[in-house]
Amino acid sequence: MIAERFRYLRPKDLDEALAWLAESQGEVRVLAGGHSLLPLMKLRLAAPQTVLDVERVEALRGIRLEGDVLHIGAMTRYHELARDPLVAEYAPLLAMAARTVGDPQVRNRGTVGGSICHADPAADFPAAALAMDAEVELRSRAGKRRLPLREFLLGPLSTALAPNELLAAIHVPLRAGWGAAYEKFPHPASGYAVAGVAALINKEGGAARAVAVAVTGVGPVAYRAAATEEVLTGASLDAARIQDGASQVAEGVEVNADLFASADYRRHLAQVLAARALRAAWGSD
Amino acid sequence: MSTVIGQPVRRREDARLIVGRGQFTDDLKLPGMTYAVIVRSPYAHARIRRIDVSRALAMPGVLAVFTGKDLEGVLGPVPTAWIPPNADLKQTVHRALAVDEVRYAGDGVAMVVAEDRYTARDAAEAVEVEYEPLPAVVDAWAAVQEGAPLVHPDAPGNLALHWTAGSVDQKAFDEAEVVVRQRFVQQRLIPNPMEPRAAVAWYDPGTENLTVWMTSQNPHIHRFLLSGILGIPEHRLRVVAQDVGGGFGSKISCYPDEALVAHAARTLARPVKWVEDRSEHFMATTHGRDHVQEVELAGRKDGTIEALRVKIWANLGAYLSTAAPGVPTILFGLIVNGCYRIPQASTEVYGVFTHTTPVDAYRGAGRPEATYLIERMVDLFADAIGMDPVEVRRKNFVPPDAFPYTNAFGITYDSGNYPLALDKALERVDYGGFRARQAQARQEGRYLGIGFSTYVEMCGLGPSEVAGAVGFQGGLWENATVRVHPSGKIQVMTGASPHGQGEETTFAQIVAEQLGVAMDDIEVVHGDTDRVTMGWGTYGSRTLAVGGSAVAVACQRLIEKGRRIAAHMLEADADDVAFQQGRYQVQGVPGRSVSFQEVALQAHLAWNLPQGVEPGMEATANYNPSNFTFPFGTHVAIVEVDPDSGLVRLERYVAVDDCGTPINPLIIAGQVHGGVVQGVGQALWEGAVYNAEGQLLTGSFLEYAMPKARFFPPIETDSTVTPSPHNPLGVKGVGETGTIAATPAVVNAVMDALKPFNIRHLDMPLTPEKVWRAIHGKGERQ
Ligand SMILES: Cc1cc2nc3c(=O)[nH]c(=O)nc-3n(C[C@H](O)[C@H](O)[C@H](O)COP(=O)(O)OP(=O)(O)OC[C@H]3O[C@@H](n4cnc5c(N)ncnc54)[C@H](O)[C@@H]3O)c2cc1C
Repeated sequence: MIAERFRYLRPKDLDEALAWLAESQGEVRVLAGGHSLLPLMKLRLAAPQTVLDVERVEALRGIRLEGDVLHIGAMTRYHELARDPLVAEYAPLLAMAARTVGDPQVRNRGTVGGSICHADPAADFPAAALAMDAEVELRSRAGKRRLPLREFLLGPLSTALAPNELLAAIHVPLRAGWGAAYEKFPHPASGYAVAGVAALINKEGGAARAVAVAVTGVGPVAYRAAATEEVLTGASLDAARIQDGASQVAEGVEVNADLFASADYRRHLAQVLAARALRAAWGSD
Repeated sequence: MSTVIGQPVRRREDARLIVGRGQFTDDLKLPGMTYAVIVRSPYAHARIRRIDVSRALAMPGVLAVFTGKDLEGVLGPVPTAWIPPNADLKQTVHRALAVDEVRYAGDGVAMVVAEDRYTARDAAEAVEVEYEPLPAVVDAWAAVQEGAPLVHPDAPGNLALHWTAGSVDQKAFDEAEVVVRQRFVQQRLIPNPMEPRAAVAWYDPGTENLTVWMTSQNPHIHRFLLSGILGIPEHRLRVVAQDVGGGFGSKISCYPDEALVAHAARTLARPVKWVEDRSEHFMATTHGRDHVQEVELAGRKDGTIEALRVKIWANLGAYLSTAAPGVPTILFGLIVNGCYRIPQASTEVYGVFTHTTPVDAYRGAGRPEATYLIERMVDLFADAIGMDPVEVRRKNFVPPDAFPYTNAFGITYDSGNYPLALDKALERVDYGGFRARQAQARQEGRYLGIGFSTYVEMCGLGPSEVAGAVGFQGGLWENATVRVHPSGKIQVMTGASPHGQGEETTFAQIVAEQLGVAMDDIEVVHGDTDRVTMGWGTYGSRTLAVGGSAVAVACQRLIEKGRRIAAHMLEADADDVAFQQGRYQVQGVPGRSVSFQEVALQAHLAWNLPQGVEPGMEATANYNPSNFTFPFGTHVAIVEVDPDSGLVRLERYVAVDDCGTPINPLIIAGQVHGGVVQGVGQALWEGAVYNAEGQLLTGSFLEYAMPKARFFPPIETDSTVTPSPHNPLGVKGVGETGTIAATPAVVNAVMDALKPFNIRHLDMPLTPEKVWRAIHGKGERQ
């Protein structure tokens, strides 16, 4: 469990971080909580020449309201997310997902940015952030760009992050008062989601005016369950309707199979969890 | 009268362990330390064509690279220390490093030693090994079929051993009212103590003494075996196991790795450290269990069990590990009848070589495999005759007045009161109330189940004569020295080697009780062959029953010696001097007394000792038990199965254990908790999986599901007390009971919950998908 030789850099601020990102030779990896990167390095499945520890970069921290979005710094830890009052008010779904991640040690180290940039197919946070219609803010020495999260996540462990870029923050629209639920079936070994479903419902006058359902653990990377959303949007969510929507939660997805769960079982599990999440978000539980 | 024994004294070793002041092998820092990494085969079965170490050797900081060829004639083979008689055991050769063939993924092929860990790791990757992959076989059943790839040319059919015990008259089955048959897969488990294995070796070229600090459950056995491998005489070899972070059996075995480290230290005349990493541990440290079992039970409709026939294929892995041949035979086959009076019983065991990590003792070692099959069979039998599983148990229990009871295999159970523990457990779980709640829940589409395990265990290994008779290549007595210093402070040297069980506390309690001395005046020393005369170690729930008894006997010897000195001091006849609560007292003359510690001082000064009494105050006992001990009890699990996901939730767990006279109830509860958690782990989550090529697919904590605290409700413990009649403390072992009992309790509970779906049996682990498929009739996963 010893990593290959690497160069360790610890920039003091964002400018320095971006400069080093732009100038370093070979593969550079940003080090956030280190809970995904370091195990990979120790197993020698990753061997970056340079590790850029952004622990001291203030600009990547903090949760604040910016107009009609919530700005969440990339270095925000799960634990901070889980107890932040702004998140509790405007984006409780994110806190729900954060609380299901790993164990206290992992939640005290792991970050929003790390989870999104790592793009683990079974990670919890990306599903919740997708359901929230989050956008990512990417920074490089050349400037800043913003991208919807769904365009950022490309596949398993694969994102649209350019080599000289880092993720500075995510921006999430405010969803105060929406029904929210995250249902997860944790793998008994790793604690990651065998399947996880995030549901968000804007209920108005007895109907679901807006519905967002995002799924993790099931496909190559977290995704929005478009078919499910379509069935449910605008409708009153009685049990039959929810069942109907939930049954389509893995529609068109090539479902993962591993030692613990076959594709059949995992698809079924996603449907069960979707129904549970939808019932909870609708308020019928 | 009892003051210290029976008290829930907090573990004294915890203070140092909790604040990080333990001394584990990896904590050791010696001047000039070098670091070893073992290069292991990625293939389960391959021919080694060529090994090129030149690139590794050329790296700056690399001191040496050893290959199997270098060690031929230098290091002896790794021995097997259990040779069951009449088993046709094939003692195939296990070299410290493979020479021309590797036999499991993890088999060592080279060792690199360098100035630091980082260089050693990089250099290990620079060792070039050219392999010619060969077909592998990983499953015991598959390995004995015609045409299976051979693991060892000198073990035809991959048979390592064939052993039988007991006998059953075929008529018992032909004429039985009811016959129940079931095949069980007792899956392979991977022991995971917190501390992986490690070794530091230091050789003094002047004195030619070699010291090995290592993660050992039995340093004296390791010294003995290492001496043979290394060709260094025992008196020049010291093995030290200071703090050891758990073992669960996996640190009993003698592995090649520690011998390699010692050899490197001798060759380089520099201290060498090797620490197994967790990935390595999954592959290279022994695994446990792994049987295919075919079981038949004959009985009557009234619930009487008449005969039991067991046939198993035990996967022993690629090489015979130290105690491996004894685990599925002696420790399993002689006690398959459990706590039941079954007039006829037989066991037939095929021990099988496969291209997998060697299998050896894992907490319970043989007895969980036995208990599981009998406890499952009793439930299946109850089901077949439509009787309550509790009643079937009660009907077949060895009754309390039948002890000592000799079972069909000639094993004599020392003492027991099985119905008492059962009744206590039934009351605690409110059995009647539960059945009503279960019926109600089923109406609502919720599936609750209750499962019982009324186990008995054969432990406290064991009489040395029996060890010899069953082919264990060692004694199983235990050594203790109780040394009283002039100031009255006491050191207790024990040959047992606790590595998490808390005997620094319990042994001090025994001495405090016996000698009437404060706990703080007593230190327990273990795990060092230079400080402790001799020992056989900690495993088989023997530490208290055998090692603790040795301590008690040594204390008695000191009391008797002290009595003569005290009588002399008090000018009384020794027969008139009573010893109570630490004081020698002339009977009938209040005030004429002297304390044990004062007597000890006089013994050391020797100014005025009675005739024939030698100076000094130290006693040694080599205690050889006359029998095993047989702890027992009833464990009850209550589960709920979610039919939508197949998830099993443990709702309640009640453990009523009888381990004889309790020395420290807090430590007993701790042992039961840990054991139960491991037992439930096997029932629900754990299981090693190899693919057909012999790659371990569950090679990390990402896939191999160790139980987590959050999976458990609070475990409720309770006890009955039936002392063992044959050791001076009346104690029985408790280190393995939880593991032994819990697995069938939970599986029985799940099967009870699944009754409405007509599911007869599912093999472990009862993962959600497996349960879900069974409920919905989807057949097994392909
Ligand atoms: C025991 C354990 C259990 C876990 N259980 C769960 C679980 O149940 N659910 C779950 O979702 N996750 C789980 N995780 C993973 C955990 O959430 C990780 O912390 C997370 O996936 C990555 O976050 P991190 O801050 O640790 O990132 P790091 O490990 O530091 O980085 C991960 C990757 O993202 C990149 N990166 C990080 N930050 C940035 C940035 N700002 N800009 C650009 N690139 C960046 C890194 O270069 C690296 O490639 C678990 C981890 C462990 C060790």
